[in-house]
Amino acid sequence: MTEALATPPQKQLAADKTSLITGSEAIAVACKLADVDVITAYPIRPYDTVMQYVAKLVSNGELDCEYIVAESEHSQFEIVKHASAVGARVFCGSSGVGWMYAFEALTVTPALRIPMVAMVGNRALDDPGAFGVEHNDALAVRDLGWQLVWVDSAQEALDTALIAYRVAEDRRIFLPCAISCDGAFLTHSQALVKVPSQEKVKAFLPRYDRGDLLLHPDNPITVAPQVNEDWLMEIRRQTAAAMDRSPAVIREAYADFERIFGRSYGNPFFEEYQTEDADVVLVGMGTLSNPVRVAIRQMRQEGKKVGFVRVRWFRPFAAEELAATLGRFKAVGVIDRDFSLGSPYRSGVLATEVRAAMYPAPNRPPIVGFICGLGGREVTVPAVREMTESVYLAAEGTTQPGTKWIGLRE
Amino acid sequence: MAVSDRELAELVQLRPTQTLDAFKGVKKLPLEEFFTSGHRTCQGCESSLVMKMMVKAAGPRTIVLGSTGCMYVANTTYYSTSWVVPWMHTQLGSSGSAGLGTAAGLKALMRKGKIKDEPINVIAFCGDGGGADMGLSAISATLTHPDYNVLILMYDNESYANTDIQLSGSTPYGANTTFSPPGKLKRIMHHRWKKNMAGMMAAGHPTCRYVATVCMSFPVYSMNAVRKALSIGGPTFIHSLDPCPKGWDYDPMLSHELGELAVTTGIWPLYEVEEGVFRLVGKTRDIADGRLKRLPVRDYLLKQGRFAHFTEDDIAYFQSKVDETWEKWLVPGVIPFKKQIEEDRPPA
Ligand SMILES: Cc1ncc(C[n+]2csc(CCOP(=O)(O)OP(=O)(O)O)c2C)c(N)n1
Ligand code: SF4
Ligand SMILES: [Mg+2]
Repeated sequence: MTEALATPPQKQLAADKTSLITGSEAIAVACKLADVDVITAYPIRPYDTVMQYVAKLVSNGELDCEYIVAESEHSQFEIVKHASAVGARVFCGSSGVGWMYAFEALTVTPALRIPMVAMVGNRALDDPGAFGVEHNDALAVRDLGWQLVWVDSAQEALDTALIAYRVAEDRRIFLPCAISCDGAFLTHSQALVKVPSQEKVKAFLPRYDRGDLLLHPDNPITVAPQVNEDWLMEIRRQTAAAMDRSPAVIREAYADFERIFGRSYGNPFFEEYQTEDADVVLVGMGTLSNPVRVAIRQMRQEGKKVGFVRVRWFRPFAAEELAATLGRFKAVGVIDRDFSLGSPYRSGVLATEVRAAMYPAPNRPPIVGFICGLGGREVTVPAVREMTESVYLAAEGTTQPGTKWIGLRE
Repeated sequence: MAVSDRELAELVQLRPTQTLDAFKGVKKLPLEEFFTSGHRTCQGCESSLVMKMMVKAAGPRTIVLGSTGCMYVANTTYYSTSWVVPWMHTQLGSSGSAGLGTAAGLKALMRKGKIKDEPINVIAFCGDGGGADMGLSAISATLTHPDYNVLILMYDNESYANTDIQLSGSTPYGANTTFSPPGKLKRIMHHRWKKNMAGMMAAGHPTCRYVATVCMSFPVYSMNAVRKALSIGGPTFIHSLDPCPKGWDYDPMLSHELGELAVTTGIWPLYEVEEGVFRLVGKTRDIADGRLKRLPVRDYLLKQGRFAHFTEDDIAYFQSKVDETWEKWLVPGVIPFKKQIEEDRPPA
C-alpha cells in the first residue's frame, strides 16, 4: 500500500492502448495485468467467456499462472481459496446455479479472510432454464463478508478488477470481492476499452502479502481451528470490522487509481446521472443504466426532471451517503433485476436495502420498488418511462409505495 | 503424433520432491513429533495415530490440509492445536481441492520466483465420509492432474464418526450405526457393501503414481507408504483403515488387534500400486501366497458391538462375500471383476 502511494505522480508511465473487447475479455486482461498466480475455471454461461479468454492468454504465453479446469464450481472456488492461503493471487468466477453450487466455498472464503477476486456473470437461477441476467446469484452472498460491486461497461469491468485486487488484498481488509457483470449485456458486448500499461498497474497494485496469516512451513499456523461458542463471536466481529474498514480503503484505491491511470469514477459507491436538478430519481445496478439514461434524455426534452443513481458497491453499502443523496428528491424508484419473495413490501433486494438505509434519514421521500428485466428480459425505454410515471405519482402522493412488476405479461 | 515424454515433462513441469527413504524398522523411527498433545480424540483412536505417524513420516517441511470430521474437530481446539506443521481446515468434500489448490499456489509462487523454491510436501486428508462419499469427485479430479505433488490420505473409521456415527459409503455391511439401528422388523438396516475406494482410485486414475492401503497396526509399512507417496510425487492416494472404539463399539485396548484382524481375516487387504505396478503387502501377501491361513471373519466381527445383532446366517453371508473377493475377483480383494472374463476372451 505505502509502496504504491509513494510512486511519484509526475513520473511518465507508458500510455494506454485502446482495444475493442467484451466485459469478460476486459476482466481477463485485468488478470494478466495483475499477474494472477492461480485461476480455476468451470463452464457455465455467461461468465465462462472470461475463462475462454484466460485460457487463450495462457496458451499464448501472455499470462503466467496455474490455470486449472476444475470438476465442479465447489472445487473451483475451494482450489483458489487454498492457493490464496499459501500466498497466491487468485481469480475465479461463475454464474447463476454455478455460483450457488459453490455456495459452501463462498461462505468460508470471507471467514478465512481470503482476498479472492471473482467475476459473477449474473444469470437467472434455473429452474426453469434461462441464461439471461438476474442479480439473485451474486446477491445471495450479501450477508457473508463478500464485497460486491456492479459495473456497467467493459472499461469499468477492467478498472474495477484492478481496484478489487487492491482493496481485497489490503491487510486492513483481506476479504473477497465479486465483480458482477450482467450476463450478455456486459459479458458478451464489445466496447472500446483503454487497456493500461503494465507499468501503471505495477505502480497501482502492490504484491499480495499474506503476512502472519501465510500458510507455510516457515509460519506453521493452524488455520480455522475449532473455536465454538468460546471465540466465534469475537472472530465474526473481526470480520465485520474488516468490512467496516472497506469504504475508506475503497475510497483510497479510487483516488490512487485516478492519480495513476488518469481516469476518474467520482464517488466510488454510486454514480449520479442528471440528478442535480432532478425532482424524482430511479435507482438501479448494472447495465440497465443504458436504457435508463436514454429514457432520461428523452424525458428531459419533454421537461421532466428525472435523474438516475447507479449503485456500484452493494457491499459495503454506502447507506448514509446514499440516504443523504436520495433525501434530496420528491420520490425514488428502485429498479431490481432480482426478487426477494415474501420480503417487506414484496420488493427486490435493492429496494429493501434502500428503504432500510433511508429510515434514519431526516428526509424520507416515498420509495416505489420495481421488479424488471428478469431472466435477461430487456429493460426497454418505454418500461423506464412507465416506472418514472409511477414515481411521479408517488411524489404527488397518489400511489401507495409498494412494488410493481414491469414488462410482465399478465 | 503422440506427445513425447520430454514434451510431457515440459507441459507438466512437476516440481522436485523431497527424498524420503524408507524407515528400516520401529527402532529407527525419529523421536520428533509434528502432531503432539492437545487433541481430544477418544482413547484408542487409531485415526489420530494415523495423523501422528503420517506427519512423522512426512517431516517438518510439510503442509497438511484436513477436511471436516473427528480429525478436525477433536484435533484443532483453539489455543491447543496438536499440529506442529502448518495446518488448514478444508470443507467436508474438499480434500482433493485443498491439496490441489495448495500445491498449485506453491508451484506458481516458486516458478515465478515469488517465494523460495524448495520441495514442500502437501498432504490433504479426509475421512471416509468426506472422501469416499462427498469428496469423491474432487479427489478423482486431483488424481488426474499430473502437474502437482499432492498426497491424499483417506482415514477410514467406517462411519461419519464426528456427527455421532452415521453410516457412510465405507461402512461395512450390516453395521449398527445411528442411521442404521437394528430394529424389530429389520435386523439389517444397512445392506450395501463397502466401497472399494483404493481400488477405484488406482484403476480409474492412471495419472495417479502411487496408491496404497495401510493400517496403523502395521506402522512401519504405513509410514513408509507415506514417504514413498511423497517421494514419488505427482498425485498419490493412501487409504487407511482405522479401528474406532466409539463407532465400532469395543474396548479401546483392542484397537491394534482389530486392525491386525481386519488384515488377517482378509477383509482389509494391504497393497500398493506403484507407477502402475500392483503388489500385495505383508500378511495379505502371506495369505495370497499360502504362507498364512486366512482367519474366519467371525473372529473380527464378534469383537465389535456394531455387529452384535448379527445371527449365524449374517456371519456366514459376510464370510461368503469376503471369500468371493479372494476366490473370484480378478485381483484378490482389489479388482471386483470376476476371473470369468479371462475365459470369455475369444480365441486368438
Ligand atoms: C457440507 C457438510 N455437511 C455435513 C457436515 C457435518 N459433518 C461434520 S463432520 C462430519 C463427519 C465426517 O465424516 P468422516 O469424513 O468419515 O470423518 P470422521 O468424522 O469419521 O472422522 C459431518 C457429516 C459438514 N461439516 N459439512
Ligand atoms: S469417534 Fe472414532 S475416529 Fe472419532 S475420535 Fe473417537 S475413536 Fe477417533
Ligand atoms: Mg469417518
